[in-house]
Amino acid sequence: MIQVATLSKVYGKQTVLDIESLEIPQGQSFGLVGNNGAGKTTLFSLLLDLIKPSTGEIRNQDIVVQQSEGWKPFTSAFIDESFLIGYLTPEEYFYFIGELRGASKADVNALLSGFEDFFHGEILGQRKYLRDLSKGNQKKVGIVASFIGNPKVVILDEPFANLDPTTQIRLKKIIKELAANREVTVLVSSHDLMHVTEVCERIVVLEKGKIVRDIQTTPETLKELEQFFDKSVAL
Amino acid sequence: MFRHFIRLQWLSFVRSASFKTEIWFKILMALGALYFIAVFLAMGVGAYFIIEKAELGDPLRVVNRFMIYYLVMDLYLRYMLQKMPVMNIRPLLYLPIRKGVVVRFALGKTLFSFFNISHAFFFVPFSIVLITQDYPPVQVLGWHLAMFALFYLNNFLNVLINNVDRIFYPVVVVVTLLAVAQYYGWFDITVYTAPIFDLFYDIPLTAIIPWVLLVVAAWAAFHYFKGKMYLDGGLAVKTAEGKTEDYAWLNRFGNLGTFLKNDIKLIKRNKRSKTTVLVSFLFLFYGMLFLTGAMEVYKGPVWQIFAGIFVSGGFLFTFGQYVPSWDSAYYPLMMSQNIKYREYLNSKWWLIVIATAISTILAAFYLYFGWKAYLAVVVGAIYNIGVNSHLVLWGGAYIKTPIDLTTNKKAFGDKQAFNAKTLLLTIPKLLLPLVVFWVGSLIWNETAGFIAVALCGVIGFAFKDRVFRLIEKIYKKEKYKTLLAYKQGK
Repeated sequence: MIQVATLSKVYGKQTVLDIESLEIPQGQSFGLVGNNGAGKTTLFSLLLDLIKPSTGEIRNQDIVVQQSEGWKPFTSAFIDESFLIGYLTPEEYFYFIGELRGASKADVNALLSGFEDFFHGEILGQRKYLRDLSKGNQKKVGIVASFIGNPKVVILDEPFANLDPTTQIRLKKIIKELAANREVTVLVSSHDLMHVTEVCERIVVLEKGKIVRDIQTTPETLKELEQFFDKSVAL
Repeated sequence: MFRHFIRLQWLSFVRSASFKTEIWFKILMALGALYFIAVFLAMGVGAYFIIEKAELGDPLRVVNRFMIYYLVMDLYLRYMLQKMPVMNIRPLLYLPIRKGVVVRFALGKTLFSFFNISHAFFFVPFSIVLITQDYPPVQVLGWHLAMFALFYLNNFLNVLINNVDRIFYPVVVVVTLLAVAQYYGWFDITVYTAPIFDLFYDIPLTAIIPWVLLVVAAWAAFHYFKGKMYLDGGLAVKTAEGKTEDYAWLNRFGNLGTFLKNDIKLIKRNKRSKTTVLVSFLFLFYGMLFLTGAMEVYKGPVWQIFAGIFVSGGFLFTFGQYVPSWDSAYYPLMMSQNIKYREYLNSKWWLIVIATAISTILAAFYLYFGWKAYLAVVVGAIYNIGVNSHLVLWGGAYIKTPIDLTTNKKAFGDKQAFNAKTLLLTIPKLLLPLVVFWVGSLIWNETAGFIAVALCGVIGFAFKDRVFRLIEKIYKKEKYKTLLAYKQGK
């Protein structure tokens, strides 16, 4: 379970995030949507203790993220390419993450074999370093690496961006399967309303750092969201 | 059209990240530049009289004799440091500009680079001195123009050979061997090359030859470039073939091994880190100035310790100095993974220790200059491992400039190494051992001085755990600032 309390982040005079309270129960598939600058990446960065909150705190399985590092063993994430090590081959990168997360080479190989479809023959055994892969393929590597070592919380920032249609569909399946396992909490942010409504059971809309909608996904959710964002254009 | 280019160039200069520094640092940089200009000028003016006084013969002939080494050295430095102007061409490809114009501008820009201008500070005053010393002006002018052309020839050669390691490194090896051979009097290449340079003086008209060569090289460079103005041609970013490596023998060290594996790959596969290792290798020979008694001023025993610290600590100073910036590109990953700072720092520490040990072994050739010379290196190594290794890691916590692993930019010294805190830390790094040695040798004798410095190292080593706890705390405190700085620096 993730609990957020009176969390805010202020840069100078600008408040980029201001959340009174938010609770994400264990096993939920949680979607975060919002326009550019709404605070999605800020929230995820705070969750990973990559930036310091101005006020408030985040608890991840009752561990205060800003105080202890005890959340690291069961939390994994892929935010952007700064989570990739450019001079490694994809295999080396997976094994490196595996070693850090206590997964043996055999474990990692077993996990990877389940993603052969997803990789589409463009990742493993390519004799290329990560820095020389295309953006989309880099993303695939980062996403799959975040599944290594049975994490309890998986955080993916904009996982659908830069992926080709086939891969997007496969990724949706993968996230759904992950969420079906009630142990794992999945946090996904996206600009694509259709994707999020498809994979997430709960969707939170951020606008200018504040939570403006908190919806349990139903068949009508997509329409509701579209209306909401259409209106904010009109405003 | 050129007006636009020059404007873009100006903006890229004043808006570059390295320009946005504190004012006092700009002043320092300007002073540094002035210093080098003064040194070059003094060399240009003074070279003639120094050579004359040393009674080596006609100064011009002496300069001509060594000109071949000067030229090769220049080419070497250009190859290592001078950046090819390709990358900022990319956005121009889509604009309605003729390719020839773009290429001409890119190549023309290199003419004004520091690597060309700097030589004028030597050649212009030297030539003027020659004329004032009653050398025939026409002949001096011929020689001067020939040299002028030769250095510009280097400029275009560099454009052509850039990135052709296969040709380049063998040439460097051959030239080094020739220099060694000359030193020991086995074979003297200058006997064959000096007459060529003399010719430009003796028959000024022959200065046309290097100019013709220059025009040919410029023409070749122009066409070489123009033919490659495609994103998948000359403008393509070169990619090396990736090879998955295991280093299974490091597995036994647990998490430490995991990091060491990564660090080895980091060093092996990135241009910047490879250069750093090369430079740290050159540090091995820095001691020659001090330990061989070649320089009269450096004969004092205190200088031996100074040399010992540099000889064994090349890697420590060039690589260790920039921890954790080596990992700047993926620092967010490191910070959100299941990693203890202590393990991370420990692996870097081991890397430094291993490199220091290797340097010390390689430096065994100093035994040739007496056991005392080598003792200084060994004592320096002990101090490096015990004290300096901690200090560089500590200083690293305050260094917040990201490193771009894929380029050689700033490989030789960086402004960030000069912020006040890291500057303060150089005092214990370099001065303290000198003082300790001096005190030791003052109280008793030189041996006591050596022992005192080594003892400092041993004490430092004994406190490793405590020091690491301290460093860990500082790294944690600086974490958010470091993450932010790495992000902005990109």
